[in-house]
Amino acid sequence: MEQGSLLAKISEASCNIRSVLEMAGSLQVTLKPEPSVEERELANAAADQYEQNLTVNEDLKQMLESNKDSAKLDAMKRIVGMIAKGKNASELFPAVVKNVASKNIEIKKLVYVYLMRYAEEQQDLALLSISTFQRALKDPNQLIRASALRVLSSIRVPIIVPIMMLAIKEASADLSPYVRKNAAHAIQKLYSLDPEQKEMLIEVIEKLLKDKSTLVAGSVVMAFEEVCPDRIDLIHKNYRKLCNLLVDVEEWGQVVIIHMLTRYARTQFVSPWKEDGVLEEDNEKDFYESDEEQKEKDQKVKKPYAMDPDHRLLIRNTKPLLQSRNAAVVMAVAQLYWHLAPKSEAGIVSKSLVRLLRSNREVQYIVLQNIATMSIQRKGMFEPYLKSFYVRSTDPTMIKTSKLEILTNLANEANISTLLREFQTYVKSQDKQFAAATIQAIGRCATNISEVTDTCLNGLVCLLSNRDEIVVAESVVVIKKLLQTQPAHHGEIIKHMAKLLDTITVPVARASILWLIGEYCERVPKIAPDVLRKMAKSFTNEDDLVKLQILNLGAKLYLTNSKQTKLLTQYILNLGKYDQSYDIRDRTRFIRQLIVPNEKSGALSKYAKKIFLAQKPAPLLESPFKDRDRFQLGTLSHTLNTKAIGYLELSNWPEVAPDPSVRNVEVIELGKEWSVALGKAKKEKPTEKFYSDSEEEESASTTDTESESTSESEKEKNGKEEGSSMENSESSSEELSDSESESKEGSAKKKFKTTEESDSDDTEKKTKMISKKRESSGSSDSESSSTEESSSDSESESDSESDAESRKHKNAIASKRKQMAVPEKKASSKQDVSLLDLDDFNPVSTPVAVPTPAILSPSLVADLEGLSLSRSSVIDVSSPIFVPMKTHELLHRMSGKGLAAHYHFSRQPCIYGNQMVSVQVTLTNTTDQKLENIHVGERKLPAGMKMHVFNPIEFLEPEESITVSMGIDFCDSTQTASFQLCTKEDHFNVNIQPPVGELLLPVTMSEKDFKTEQGMLTGMNETSTTITVAPQNSTRLVLLEKVVKAANLGVVPSGQDNIHRFSAKTVHSGSLMLVTVELKEGSTAQLIINTEKTVIGSILLRELKPVLSQG
Amino acid sequence: MIHSLFLINSSGDIFLEKHWKSVVSRSVCDYFFEAQERATEAENVPPVIPTPHHYLLNVYRHKIFFVAVIQTEVPPLFVIEFLHRVVDTFQDYFGVCSEVVIKDNVVVVYEVLEEMLDNGFPLATESNILKELIKPPTILRTVVNTITGSTNVGDQLPTGQLSVVPWRRTGVKYTNNEAYFDVIEEIDAIIDKSGSTITAEIQGVIDACVKLTGMPDLTLSFMNPRLLDDVSFHPCVRFKRWESERILSFIPPDGNFRLLSYHVSAQNLVAIPVYVKHNISFRDSSSLGRFEITVGPKQTMGKTVEGVMVTSQMPKGVLNMSLTPSQGMHTFDPVTKLLSWDVGKINPQKLPSLKGTMSLQAGTSKPDENPTINLQFKIQQLAISGLKVNRLDMYGEKYKPFKGIKYMTKAGKFQVRT
Repeated sequence: MEQGSLLAKISEASCNIRSVLEMAGSLQVTLKPEPSVEERELANAAADQYEQNLTVNEDLKQMLESNKDSAKLDAMKRIVGMIAKGKNASELFPAVVKNVASKNIEIKKLVYVYLMRYAEEQQDLALLSISTFQRALKDPNQLIRASALRVLSSIRVPIIVPIMMLAIKEASADLSPYVRKNAAHAIQKLYSLDPEQKEMLIEVIEKLLKDKSTLVAGSVVMAFEEVCPDRIDLIHKNYRKLCNLLVDVEEWGQVVIIHMLTRYARTQFVSPWKEDGVLEEDNEKDFYESDEEQKEKDQKVKKPYAMDPDHRLLIRNTKPLLQSRNAAVVMAVAQLYWHLAPKSEAGIVSKSLVRLLRSNREVQYIVLQNIATMSIQRKGMFEPYLKSFYVRSTDPTMIKTSKLEILTNLANEANISTLLREFQTYVKSQDKQFAAATIQAIGRCATNISEVTDTCLNGLVCLLSNRDEIVVAESVVVIKKLLQTQPAHHGEIIKHMAKLLDTITVPVARASILWLIGEYCERVPKIAPDVLRKMAKSFTNEDDLVKLQILNLGAKLYLTNSKQTKLLTQYILNLGKYDQSYDIRDRTRFIRQLIVPNEKSGALSKYAKKIFLAQKPAPLLESPFKDRDRFQLGTLSHTLNTKAIGYLELSNWPEVAPDPSVRNVEVIELGKEWSVALGKAKKEKPTEKFYSDSEEEESASTTDTESESTSESEKEKNGKEEGSSMENSESSSEELSDSESESKEGSAKKKFKTTEESDSDDTEKKTKMISKKRESSGSSDSESSSTEESSSDSESESDSESDAESRKHKNAIASKRKQMAVPEKKASSKQDVSLLDLDDFNPVSTPVAVPTPAILSPSLVADLEGLSLSRSSVIDVSSPIFVPMKTHELLHRMSGKGLAAHYHFSRQPCIYGNQMVSVQVTLTNTTDQKLENIHVGERKLPAGMKMHVFNPIEFLEPEESITVSMGIDFCDSTQTASFQLCTKEDHFNVNIQPPVGELLLPVTMSEKDFKTEQGMLTGMNETSTTITVAPQNSTRLVLLEKVVKAANLGVVPSGQDNIHRFSAKTVHSGSLMLVTVELKEGSTAQLIINTEKTVIGSILLRELKPVLSQG
Repeated sequence: MIHSLFLINSSGDIFLEKHWKSVVSRSVCDYFFEAQERATEAENVPPVIPTPHHYLLNVYRHKIFFVAVIQTEVPPLFVIEFLHRVVDTFQDYFGVCSEVVIKDNVVVVYEVLEEMLDNGFPLATESNILKELIKPPTILRTVVNTITGSTNVGDQLPTGQLSVVPWRRTGVKYTNNEAYFDVIEEIDAIIDKSGSTITAEIQGVIDACVKLTGMPDLTLSFMNPRLLDDVSFHPCVRFKRWESERILSFIPPDGNFRLLSYHVSAQNLVAIPVYVKHNISFRDSSSLGRFEITVGPKQTMGKTVEGVMVTSQMPKGVLNMSLTPSQGMHTFDPVTKLLSWDVGKINPQKLPSLKGTMSLQAGTSKPDENPTINLQFKIQQLAISGLKVNRLDMYGEKYKPFKGIKYMTKAGKFQVRT
């Protein structure tokens, strides 16, 4: 498209191009006039193909040996063309393999393609190329490393197994996640080449399973499934990580991981179905018939079922994937819900599955099959979507029949009349196969729903007069089955069908009619002998199936009405005796012995009548999908209804859950990460990840450049040695071991630890600088907070809640924005005063906590009073937020060489990420010159903290100021974010330390909710103190205002006048923070804070104390 | 996973094969041909065919069978979805996906397939990543390559492959920044003989063409998001934001993509914009039948119905038809018995109609069923569900983009039973 428009715009250019093209074309023609001709001949004449091939190949060889890249490329392209067509190009191997080290990347790639195809056949020659790959494995370019590994592992030559093993091991520790992904793929290749390596490979898999990159996760799980699906123990430690990464993994990986986790969950958790089984039994009668369920019922340990939080985690984290555009992902989630979720929750998948029916025919086919299986067991799931399964005349037959199957499964008393009307249309369909299937479906509905049996039967009888034989035949068969279920009074129908025998020719139908007449011969005493007479006449021309039934009819009549039919029967038996089919001869002999009494016949003949005319159980009309549920849904085995090679059985739920603690991850190493991931709302994950990944990338690239210098010298060496491959491989293997040890040294774990250590050092120092008091307690506080974070976060239920809250929050903000603009300036002018105050208060408040924004000087309070009065009504009604205008100094103009910077917390949800606190930075130019290129330079953030900086400001005019916004993820701690503020010439180190009140986002909830939440956060999670309240603070309005100023809390409407409740959640992890102020007599008050984040809670408590106690 | 891929044209030639593991002989396709023969029609070929040692999974698109050979248990949808993705990629690369084009570009096809799968497991399926690895062939590039000797193959790992926004390249630059969104709704309906609606639902998509510089972060909000009952997103859409605020927030891919597809809940009554009056009758005695249909507008919200096309599969007994349309063109294929009538625009003052007789095969009895009529139509500037985009905002970049929204309603699977 782009090119097109280009050409259109510049017509002149296009002319030029055309002429160049022509020239190029003629050039090519002059280069190789023969091949094109030859190729044409090749295609045409297959006879002398071999000879032609020889000459072509000769030609190609020459081209490959030329020293022009273009000729080589041409040759390779033609060879790839040959491979694609399936022609043999193996004899070119020596000529091609020489080019494996070509500098031209396209030639190289095509050679790779060739190698993968033919290396297996020419193993010895293939070895020539190995050294090239070994060299490429060291290449600084990750794409080249990856593709070298890819090709090396694809060359199926057993001799190089050790080399492959080594390469895989090394690549699995590569810094680039892309290379590690390829390593995971290589594991499977090596395993299929040499299963003996299994143990070693499992080690690598174990290592890669720990990988945190989303890129690797899918591939390594695939390798796990292929190599060691039974080593479920490897998953334990990674289970939660996989659950949490799932949303960010690429779609193909998601499918594999979901299937694996489904199997895993079935071995690790107890059934969630026991409990609601009792409830649902009424509407789903037939579901609980399986043995397993029966057992469960018998046992029925009366113990309330509580779902394992890990089980819940999996179910919750897969839910958003139902919205995926990839049908395979949706199906995978659907089967997960089917096999793992409580019955009451599985329903949510039906909508998404129905959506897939809009997709391609192949997708429809598979999805319909799975829905068919589901709809047998749980009708309710798909009943609301009944009409989505209505058949269109343009559907392919296989789709039509699957839809019909589902419609039949869904039929019940309520919808049967509409369904039957719909079926009537289908019966008339021009697609006769489908019409026949519809008749069967009607039959099934008739047996399943007794109310409509008669209606259906009448309808089917009408069909007997249909012109199409297939339809009639099918109707006969179905009527036969129906009559069997209730033979009471259907003499008329049988008579009608007896008449049909004259016209109908389809064997099955004829056989069915004969059987019916025989079975109920006593109801039609006049007709039956006559039918037998007719049949005796045509016996020899009948189909085997019909012959057997004639014999049957004869026998039955002989027993009931021997007077009329004795001779006829004997005649038929004689005919049968000499029939061509031994089956019929056999049957004849058997019947004769049984019914015709003679001396040889034993005691059995006495019971002949009982044998022939016994009450027969009616056939059950069942869905062909009845037994498919033995296979896991969404699998190939399910589609084929046979066990496919490599199918992994889904185990039954264990009676007692295995120890859940195996999934716990060591607290120090991963705990922090883990809590972060858990608390994170999924939506923001991408952005989060985006940053962390880019960091990873950066680090990868830096190390790349580091290694470049060494590898370059290697390259030079290799360049010299190109001819002798032996030497090369030696040296390269040395290199391998070298770099291995190197990479071990710099392994990620260690780095992580060290950075963490240094970080905590950093923060300690800073706290010292700020307060100089109670250092020890401060540092221990921050330590404990980190452990607290990791332990407390095993469940984050607030996900959905907090979403709703944030919505409200947004609304509130819109109104706030307007208000903000005005007071901003005012506040900045007052800033000096407030800073002074801070110093005064600091001894009272804690050393860790930084200036609280609400500790304002009286004058400022008075200033703000006017504002807040008007706002107080707002607080009570809906919006719980108050935006403090207090700014903090980031950079003083003196130390900033004229650049002054202030910051304040806008209390808006940050647009850069949900876990970030948004910070407004006001930059002022106090010099008399333009300041240019103001931007954020180097950042020094404690581990886990993230920062979204503002876009660089091109210039700032003298005396001008500009406000920009940043987002900082403080990880729910009061640690300092330090970074450099740079101008064109200078850079200044600055810090932002958040007051604890700004680490919160207000939440609205009802009093009742508040109390229930509070009830859950008692004991350890509760901190309280008694304070004296200044008299002016005891009125509700003032108190609310003060508290809300001090911390970003939402007001909870309270029934009692003396109790005030506030709620919020922490920005990073979303844990609830509940504050209660209970005013007592004698100007004292009880201040209670309930939160999981006890550290923040206690800091907040200490901060709120002075707010309330002082005027 | 996927062992090999065979491309088979409608006449049964295997014109391309590609193996990702050890080579599977092309004789395995014989099982496929067998199944194809049994199915008589191409679209009735079962998508999954078991053979003694392999399983063949196929999709049929653009008159080509894409047959994947697999050896072990794998979710069938995984393979089918991937095959469709392959076709989409070819279409994206070459504009059309046909046998001729694939044969002409066999080297590029091979290179692309090589990148898409490694050992049978998908490696890179995002088209923008692939396009950075292997550039699509264009006239200009071919010329440049022949002259300068550069290649179509990228030598750096595309940045998207490693990022969590793999759908977007970095460093995108445009002189005109524009973002266009097409809201397209399709009505699926079955109308019965008497003209009442048996089932009707609306399936919609929002296709976008976004050409914006840098890393824009867009939000799109609707006036009435509650209408959307079931949605599926492009991976770029932030799901949580939708859950909580019903706002689409995303960093868009570069170029054309499908942002969202949705389903309007069946509870809502669907306005059916057209009606068909029909009178088709076969008589038992004579060899002539009467045929008459009229198409008219119903609930069109004041918009014109265009691009109307009527097709109908006539019963086998119909030998020929002599019809006269009041407007448009009609054809009847006596072999396939397919009647099609290209109506064009509906003029409410003068309703288009098609009248005439059908000659039936002598001696055969009249068909059981009257043919169903399939309808196609288009209505511009209207989303029949009433969905309306409220606003589109952009964050993260400074410039002001040009924005545009277009609505359209089409017939999906719209059938009238007669």
